[in-house]
Amino acid sequence: MVTLSINGQQVQGVDGSSILEVAREHGIEIPTLCYHEALEPYGGCRLCVVELKAPRGPRLVASCVYPAEEGAVVETDSEIVHRSRRMTAELLLGAAPNAKVIQALAARMGVEKPRVSLSDNNCILCGLCVRACREIVGANAISLVNRGFTKEVSPPFEIGSNACVGCTTCVFLCPTGAIKLEEVLANRSVHHWDSDFEAVACKICGDHYLAPELAVDVEKVLSEENA
Amino acid sequence: MTIVRTPEELENLKEKLVASSDPDRPRVSVCCGTGCRVLGSMDVIEAFRTELGSRGLGNEIGIVGTGCHGFCEKGPVVVLKPSGIFYQRVGVDDVAEIVSESLLNGAVIDRLIYVDPASGARVIYEEDVPFYQKQQRLVLDLNGDIDPTNIEDYIAFGGYYGLSKALHQMRPEKVVEEVTQSGLRGRGGAGFPAGLKWSLCREAKGDTKYIICNADEGDPGAYMDRSIMEGNPHRVLEGMIIGAYAIGAHEGYVYIRNEYPLAVENLRIAITQAEEYGLLGQNILGSGFDLSIHIRPGSGAFVCGEETALMASIEDRIGEPRPRPPYPAVSGLWGKPTNINNVETWANVPIVIDRGREAYSQIGTDQSTGTKIFSLVGNINNTGLVEVPMGATLSEIVYDIGGGIPAEKDCKAVQLGGPSGGCVPKEHFDVPIDYESLQELGAIMGSGGMVVCDEDTCMVELARFFMDFVQQESCGKCVPCRLGTRAMLDVLTGITRGLGQEGDIEYLEELGRQITASSLCGLGQTASNPVLSTIRHFRDEYEVHIRDGRCLAHVCKSLILYSIDAEKCTGCGRCLRKCPAEAISGAKKEPHVIDQDKCVKCGTCLELCKFDAVVVE
Repeated sequence: MVTLSINGQQVQGVDGSSILEVAREHGIEIPTLCYHEALEPYGGCRLCVVELKAPRGPRLVASCVYPAEEGAVVETDSEIVHRSRRMTAELLLGAAPNAKVIQALAARMGVEKPRVSLSDNNCILCGLCVRACREIVGANAISLVNRGFTKEVSPPFEIGSNACVGCTTCVFLCPTGAIKLEEVLANRSVHHWDSDFEAVACKICGDHYLAPELAVDVEKVLSEENA
Repeated sequence: MTIVRTPEELENLKEKLVASSDPDRPRVSVCCGTGCRVLGSMDVIEAFRTELGSRGLGNEIGIVGTGCHGFCEKGPVVVLKPSGIFYQRVGVDDVAEIVSESLLNGAVIDRLIYVDPASGARVIYEEDVPFYQKQQRLVLDLNGDIDPTNIEDYIAFGGYYGLSKALHQMRPEKVVEEVTQSGLRGRGGAGFPAGLKWSLCREAKGDTKYIICNADEGDPGAYMDRSIMEGNPHRVLEGMIIGAYAIGAHEGYVYIRNEYPLAVENLRIAITQAEEYGLLGQNILGSGFDLSIHIRPGSGAFVCGEETALMASIEDRIGEPRPRPPYPAVSGLWGKPTNINNVETWANVPIVIDRGREAYSQIGTDQSTGTKIFSLVGNINNTGLVEVPMGATLSEIVYDIGGGIPAEKDCKAVQLGGPSGGCVPKEHFDVPIDYESLQELGAIMGSGGMVVCDEDTCMVELARFFMDFVQQESCGKCVPCRLGTRAMLDVLTGITRGLGQEGDIEYLEELGRQITASSLCGLGQTASNPVLSTIRHFRDEYEVHIRDGRCLAHVCKSLILYSIDAEKCTGCGRCLRKCPAEAISGAKKEPHVIDQDKCVKCGTCLELCKFDAVVVE
């Protein structure tokens, strides 16, 4: 166990936890966008920055990726933390002004209108979809491509990839609704990736819901269980 | 080929090489660095071969194609040895005369010698050229003497002696200690003490450790590392082998820009030769120490100069930085303890070991020891590669070595450290160049890019240029860097187009501070520096752009107007004929007029007018 101070409160965490994990275990709220407890932390959105006063501080660190170290002194609510988060929220609002989650976030940070309008793309490149596809589904059908402002989430060579099994985990996790799913009876397509295929119907209820690739696995698992 | 198995054999080889080369034998040293190659030095060297061959002098007069001599402004550069006669801007047509007059008769060819523009003095010998006189060439010292593709040239000048000393006279801990005590700091930009970095990696747990040479030099206008690798690749390798021995690594990588084909080629040759001579590979110099070094050509991303992104790239993953900790010294390449230093740092290591920490630490200042190489570019008379002791002043570099500003213009500032750095205005040119002093001024040492700006430089436009570069090269992973630099670019572009608003400067400052404080990696954390430092030192220029809608340097096209002074205009028609936009009209011998709607502000009329009748406001 490690003991550290968060907002003046002595708290304990398991070795290897991040500051964010320890804070949340103790009911201390830190906003996040690109963090999901089931996925590897990414450190991209920078909303979870906290002020690390010691050791080697004071400075801002992303709490989702910064380890909770013995004796660390952390402030999650200080002025420099708020200034950083406000600017991040403002930039995000300037880039994705129509995304509900960003609007709510900006309002919470006291940002009314972004000073610079950057784009109106709902994708905020939090990378949740990419990480879920790789780490949970194991399909690796999409990845982040290009650099800087032209960075985007894309299947390989921007061609609809048959690595996508249509599991829709990405649709489910996307915080801004940038990834859309369309289901037309037996067909299922994830717009963003140009993936489109017939789904296999459930033998019991008749609904079409399963990607053909997954159906093989499901049948295998079921047959093993029945055997 | 000789396999060198012991320090004595290295010594014997060196003595044999020195004995077999007569120091009085006439030689021609032709700079074949990239700059001189572009200017035709490969043709010049070929012409020398042909000329000497046809005169049957091939054996009597030697020819060395060397790495960069540094004085790129005057290339192709040719130095005759042993006399030291220095010829500049040498062409193929000059070769026959150099051979017949200078090499055979000892005469000096007047038109090829260097004339110092400051004093008008005619300089015959290399050592008297002002550009070289104030330099202290520690790392680049052999660049004008050795053929970088021949390991024996390096050995003949004492190459691999530092390695021999480290392997046979020092324990690894002692090597780390020596580097620590020498005060050597990382030359990549941040100036982290090299010895401390090594000891962290040495003490990290794990049997497998790696060393990496960061040769992903990406700052616009910077070519220090390139010239070291092109001109003396063995010095870099020797430093890496010493470092690997000290740290306990048996595998090393050179991550090198693929845009540097000559550096890649020379390094490949150097690795092969060092292996053949028993100086790399298994049982190096008979010490029992093994090391293999691989070359990993980069894929052209600026961000891959960042340690963690660089390692991701070597691992064939996307070149994106990752958060630290864990630091590379603990968990680096493939999760193993890894030590990364840049090319110039590695190249300093053999010097530290060979000469000893005391001799080394006497060069430079207390806190910043040794020398630093800068690439001097921009509005400067003597463009080139400059090596000075730490603590030298910008004034010495710009005026004494660089020969001042062309066209007798005034100097405004120097941009140090490229897109991650800051500008130092002329008022501070007497501040010594060391890591701490530059930081106080809001600039950084950086890797060594030094862009000189004359009075006609618009500092807002300069900041906009670097911001454009950084926002393109941002990996895009974290929000402050991806979106923040883009927002800064938008605001800066607005200001240079006359769309600036009250509050823009304050917004840039606040945004800059937040990008610095909140970004994931060094690229983002330093991305705002050019903007913040130009605001700090040239705030009035920003204000004039925003408040008055004027660009005093006459650079921002939206903010300037070209017009013709009717009293001075003779109606000669010169501008009228050459105007690419056909914006100028007027009868012959009558004053001409510029149609502002058509004018594209290219400045052609201004350049052409012999009567100073074109006015820019």
